Amino acid sequence: MMWKKRQAERCEIVYFEEAEYGKRFDINVVKKLAIFAKPYKKTIIMLMVQMLFLALVDALFPKLSEYAIDHFAVKKSLEGFWAFCLVAVGLVVIQAANVWLMIRNAGTIEYGIPYDMRKGVFKKLQELSISYYDRTPVGWLVSRMTSDINRIGITLSWHVVDFFWSIFLVIIMTVFMLITDVGYALMVLCVVPALVIISMVFQKKILFNYRKVRKYNSQITAAFNEGITGAKTIKTLGIEDDMLAEFEKTTRQMRDFSVRAATVSSIYTPLIILLGSIATGLVLWKGGFEVSRNITSYGTLVLFISYAVQFFEPVKSFARVFTELQYTQAAAERVVTLLETENEIADSREVVARYGNMLESDKSEWPKFHGHIVFRNVTFRYKDGENVLENFNLEVRPGEKIALVGETGSGKTTIVNLACRFYEPTEGSILIDGVDYRERPLLWLYSNIGYVLQEPYLFSGTVKENIAYGRKETTMEDIVRAAKIVNAHDFIMRLEKGYDTQVGERGSRLSTGQKQLISFARAILSDPGMFVLDEATSSVDTETEHLIQDALNRALEGRTSFIIAHRLSTIRSADRILVIDKGRIIEEGTHKELLKKKGYYYRLYTNQLMEEHRQEAFEKAGSR
Amino acid sequence: MRKLKLLREYLRGSGMTYLLSMLSVLLMTVFSSMVPLVIAFTVDYVIGDKPVELPAALASRIDVASGISTIRNNLWIILAVLVVITLLQGIFMYLKGKCSAVAAQASSKRMREKLYGHLQHLPFDYHVKVQTGDIIQRCTSDIETIQNFISTQSIEALQIILQVIVVLAVMIAMDLKYTLISILLIPIVFVITVRFFINMMKVFVRADEAEGHMTATLQENLAGVRVVKAFGAQNFEMEKFDEKNRTHRDLNMDIVRIMANFYGGTDLMCMLQHALVIAVGTYWVVRGQVTIGTVVAFSSYAGMLVWPLRNLGQMMGFMGQAFVSLGRIQEILDNKPEDYTTGETPPVQGEIVFEDVHFEYEKGKPVLDGVSFRIEKGETVAILGATGAGKSSLVHLLLRLYDYTKGSIRIDGVELKRISRQWIRKHIGIVLQEPFLFSKSIRENIGIGCGQVDEDRILAAARTACVDEAIQEFGMGYDTLVGERGVTLSGGQRQRIAIARTIIRDVPILIFDDSLSAVDAETDARIRRALKERRKNTTTIIISHRITTLAEADKILVLDKGRIIQSGTHEELIKVDGPYRRIWEIQSALGIDVEEATG
Repeated sequence: MMWKKRQAERCEIVYFEEAEYGKRFDINVVKKLAIFAKPYKKTIIMLMVQMLFLALVDALFPKLSEYAIDHFAVKKSLEGFWAFCLVAVGLVVIQAANVWLMIRNAGTIEYGIPYDMRKGVFKKLQELSISYYDRTPVGWLVSRMTSDINRIGITLSWHVVDFFWSIFLVIIMTVFMLITDVGYALMVLCVVPALVIISMVFQKKILFNYRKVRKYNSQITAAFNEGITGAKTIKTLGIEDDMLAEFEKTTRQMRDFSVRAATVSSIYTPLIILLGSIATGLVLWKGGFEVSRNITSYGTLVLFISYAVQFFEPVKSFARVFTELQYTQAAAERVVTLLETENEIADSREVVARYGNMLESDKSEWPKFHGHIVFRNVTFRYKDGENVLENFNLEVRPGEKIALVGETGSGKTTIVNLACRFYEPTEGSILIDGVDYRERPLLWLYSNIGYVLQEPYLFSGTVKENIAYGRKETTMEDIVRAAKIVNAHDFIMRLEKGYDTQVGERGSRLSTGQKQLISFARAILSDPGMFVLDEATSSVDTETEHLIQDALNRALEGRTSFIIAHRLSTIRSADRILVIDKGRIIEEGTHKELLKKKGYYYRLYTNQLMEEHRQEAFEKAGSR
Repeated sequence: MRKLKLLREYLRGSGMTYLLSMLSVLLMTVFSSMVPLVIAFTVDYVIGDKPVELPAALASRIDVASGISTIRNNLWIILAVLVVITLLQGIFMYLKGKCSAVAAQASSKRMREKLYGHLQHLPFDYHVKVQTGDIIQRCTSDIETIQNFISTQSIEALQIILQVIVVLAVMIAMDLKYTLISILLIPIVFVITVRFFINMMKVFVRADEAEGHMTATLQENLAGVRVVKAFGAQNFEMEKFDEKNRTHRDLNMDIVRIMANFYGGTDLMCMLQHALVIAVGTYWVVRGQVTIGTVVAFSSYAGMLVWPLRNLGQMMGFMGQAFVSLGRIQEILDNKPEDYTTGETPPVQGEIVFEDVHFEYEKGKPVLDGVSFRIEKGETVAILGATGAGKSSLVHLLLRLYDYTKGSIRIDGVELKRISRQWIRKHIGIVLQEPFLFSKSIRENIGIGCGQVDEDRILAAARTACVDEAIQEFGMGYDTLVGERGVTLSGGQRQRIAIARTIIRDVPILIFDDSLSAVDAETDARIRRALKERRKNTTTIIISHRITTLAEADKILVLDKGRIIQSGTHEELIKVDGPYRRIWEIQSALGIDVEEATG
C-alpha cells in the first residue's frame, strides 16, 4: 500500500539513543492512549468496517475471473455477460470509493490524534516546574512531541488499516477456498505456516536493520554538522585529512551495514515468491489431472492459482505491522510517562479553590505585591544532592536592591531560584509580604517578577512582539514608553523596520547588548514588583554598556531586586551586597563597608572585578 | 547536462556492479514473465486439448504429442518447472538486490566523502562568509534526496522499465490486439501520476515547513521556559503553539484529501483496466479468438504493468527533486578549494619578520596598512588594539588562512607564500577566542590532530592549561563527552581545553587570539607561567586586553587602524606619552579607589 510511503520516513528522526523496543505488552499504555483515541472512536470503527469490505472485494476479484471462465469462456456462451460486466464495474467503483474514503479517514486519525496529543503534552509541559526542565534535555522532549507522537498517529491509522485488512483478507480467502474446494484449499494453506514464520522472522530483522541504517544516517548528519560548524577550527589545527579519514570510517560503516540490510531484504522476497509458486504448482498438479477429467472446473483452478499468489501480501503486511507495534508501544510508553510526570511545584488545592488554577487564575482576588521578602531557616537541596543552602536567613525590605556576589557554585543562583519559586525550600519557608508564598498562586508571583537572564532570551518574531511578550492588549505607546525607559528606543528606530523588525531565531539578528536592552524593556512593561537579574559576564562595547547601566538603574527604581552581579558599577549601586560562599552569607554590607573589612570581598574585588574594569578602561583609551 | 555529468561521476567506479545488477534485473524479469506462460501453457495444452503448433522444422524433430502426453501423465513436472523458474527468478532477484545495494551504497559513500572533503579544503574565507545552516541543510537533506534517488528510485525505475519492455514483448508475441486493449488506460494513469506528483512537491514542502515551524516554536518554548514562567505567559504560549499545531494538522489533512482523490481516481482506472482485460478476454474466448490460457496469462501481465507503471510515475515526480538537490550540491562543489599541499616545507624555528605588510578583505578597505616588525625565536610578543584594529587579521595571515596583498612575511627567512599551507599550519598553533570543541570525549578533544597520544601527554597538556582539576571533577573525568550528550562547559573551560589541544602539539609558534578572556587573571598568569616552563624557546604571540598580561611580554605592539603605532617593552612604553600609558594609567587608577575605601 503505497499511500503511506511518505509518512513512514517521517517518524524516524531519532535524537537520542534509547530503548526503543517495547518488551512486554502493557495494557496500561493502551488505556492511556484510548483517551486520545476516544474522540475518533467512530472514525476508527468505520475504518475497521471499511477494511472488511476492502478485503472482501479484494477476495472477490478472483471469484469474478472464476465465474467468467466457468460461465462464459468454457461454455462458449455470452448469456448474462453484460450483467456480469456491470457487476464487475460496480465492484471496481465500490472498491475505488472505499479506498478514497479509507485514505480520508485514516488521514483524519493520523493527524487528528497527534494534534490533540501535542496539545495535551504541551499543556503539561507548561505546568511542569523549572526543576523538571533542569533535569530533562530539550532534545528529549522534542523527540517525544515529534517522532513519538507521529508514530502513534501512524499506528492508530495506517497500522490499524494494514492490520485489519490483512487479517480480514486472510480469513475471507480461507473461507472462500474452503467453501469452493477443501482439497485445493489445503494445498494452498499448507504453505501458509512457512509463509507466516518466514515473514515474522524477516520483517522483524528488516525493520530493525532499517532503523539502524537511519541511525547511521543521523551519525553522518552529525558529522557533517560538526565538519561545517567546526571548519574554521579544523583549518587552524590543520587536521582536514584526519577529519576526512574519520568521516570515511562512518560512511564505511553505513555502507557495510546498508549492504548487509539490503541482502537480508533480498532473500525475503524470493523465498516468499518460491512458496507461492510451490502452492501454484501443487494446485496445477492436482488440477491438471482433475480438470481434464472434468472433476474440477477451469475457473476453480484459476481461482486457486490467484489465491496462492495473493496470500503473500497480507501475511507480509501483518508481520510488518506486528513488529511496528512494538516500536509504537515503546514510543507510547515514553509519552505516557511524560504525561504522568508529577509536578513538583504546583498550587495547593486550597490555593486553586480560592484563586483558580495555574492557567486560569482569578486576578481580581490577587493580593497586592509589596516586595517584602523573608527567607526563614531555609534549607535546600536539589534532588538526591547535598544541601546547597542550610538554615539560610535573609530579610529584604520592599524596594531594596540586593547584589549577590560569589564564585560559581556558591549558591547565588539557588537563592534567586528559590525567591522566584522556580524551586521551593526543602525545609523552612519563604514569606512574601508576610505570607508563606506556597499559600499564594504561582501565577501571582510570576506575574510580579521582572526577570532578565544572563543570556537574554528572545523569541522569534518582531521587536514589538518581544517587548509585549505574553500580553495581547498592549498599546504601541506602552511599548515605546518601555523601550524609551531602558534606552532601547533609539537603536530600535535605527533598525531596518523599527519595531517591526524580525529578531531572528532566539534574537540571532541582534547583538547581545541589543538583546539585553529588549529584555529589559520586556521586563519593565510587565511593571513587576520585584526584579531578578542575572547579569551577563560577556563583554559588550562601551557605549552599550553605558546604556545598559543607565537602563538598569531606571528599571530597578523602587523595586525589590536580586542581582547576580558581575559588573562593578552594578555592585556599587546596590543597597546591600551579599557575599555568598558555600550557601552561606559570609559578608554583607555596602561596597565601601566591605572593602574596609579587607576580607573575602576585598580579595574578590582586587582579583577579579578590577580586571573587568581594566578592560573597560582599555576600551575607553583605545577609542580615543 | 552538468548535473548528469555530476551524477555520472558518483556512479563511476561501480560500473561493473551496476552492469551486473542491470543484467540481474533483466534475467529476473524474463523468468518472472515466464510463470504466467507456464500456467497458460498448462491450461491450454496440457489440461485443454489444443494442439501445439510449432514451426515445421522443429515439429519434425520433436515429438510434441508424446511430450504433452508425458506431461499429462506426470503432472509433477509442471510443479518442478514452476519451482525451477521461480528459483532462478529468486536467485537473480537476490543478485539484483545485493549488487544494486553494493553499487548504490558505494556511490553515495563516494558522493558524501567527496563533498565532505571538498568542504574541508575550501578556504577559510568561505567558511567565514557562508550561512552555516544552509550548507548543513544541503549536506544532509539534499544528499539524502540524491542518495535515495541512486540507491532506490533509479534501480526501481530501471526494473519497472525493463519489466514493461519484457512483458510487452511477450504479450505482443502472443496477441497484438489483446495487448492494445490491455494497456489502453495505462498511459493516462502514468501521465496523471507524473504531473500530480510534480505539482504536489510544492505542497509537500509546505507541509514540511509547517512541521518545521511547529517544532521550532516548541523548541523555543522549552529553551525559554524560565522566561515563559517568569512572565506567566503559559496561556499565551499555548495559543501560539496551538496555532502552529493546527496549521500543521490542517495542511496535512488537506494533503490527505488530495491524496485520497488521486489514489481513489487512479485505483479506479487501474482496476477498470484489469476488469477490461478479463471481460474482453472472456468475450474473445467465447468468440474463439483467444484461448483461456491467454486470458489467464494476460490478466497476470496486466497486473505486472498497471501498478508498477503508476509507481514509476510517482517516482518520476520525486525525481525532479533529486535534480534540484544535485544542483544545490554542485554549487558547493563549484567553489575552488585552496591549494593545501604544494609549497616548500622548510624547518620552522620561530623567527617571524613582517615587512610593510598590506592586507584587505575588500578592495580599498585596508585592514593592515604597512605593518613591519620582527619577532625573534622564543620571544613572547603581546599585541593590543581596539576592536577592528586588525589584530586577528594579522595572525590569520601567519597561518596562511588569507594571503597578504603586498609586502613580505618571512618565517626563518623563507617567504611565507612559498611555504605549503598544510606545513605552516602544522607548525603554528592558534587558540581562538571562541574555540569550537568537537562532540567527543575531552581526552579526544585534547589529543585531536596528533594521532596516537599517550595519557601522560594529555595530562601534561591539561595541567599546563590549568584545566586538569576541572576535568577531574566531571563524573567521567577525561572520558566526559563534550556537547549535547555530555557536559556543557563554561567559556573559560572551553578556552582552556582549546589551549591544551594546541600546546600538546609542541609547535614552535603559538598564538593566543584573545583566548584567555574568559579565564580569570590569576589563572591566566598561571597558564602563562606553566607554558614558559613547558617549552623555553616557543615563539608566542598573545592578543589581550589585560595590562598584567601585556606587561610581562618581551615586546608589546600597539595596533591601531591597521598600523603599528607603538612598540617596545612595558618599561619603555610607560615612559612615553601614548595610548599604552593612558591605558595603564586608567587601569592603575583602580588601585587608588581601593585605597580610598580602605584608607
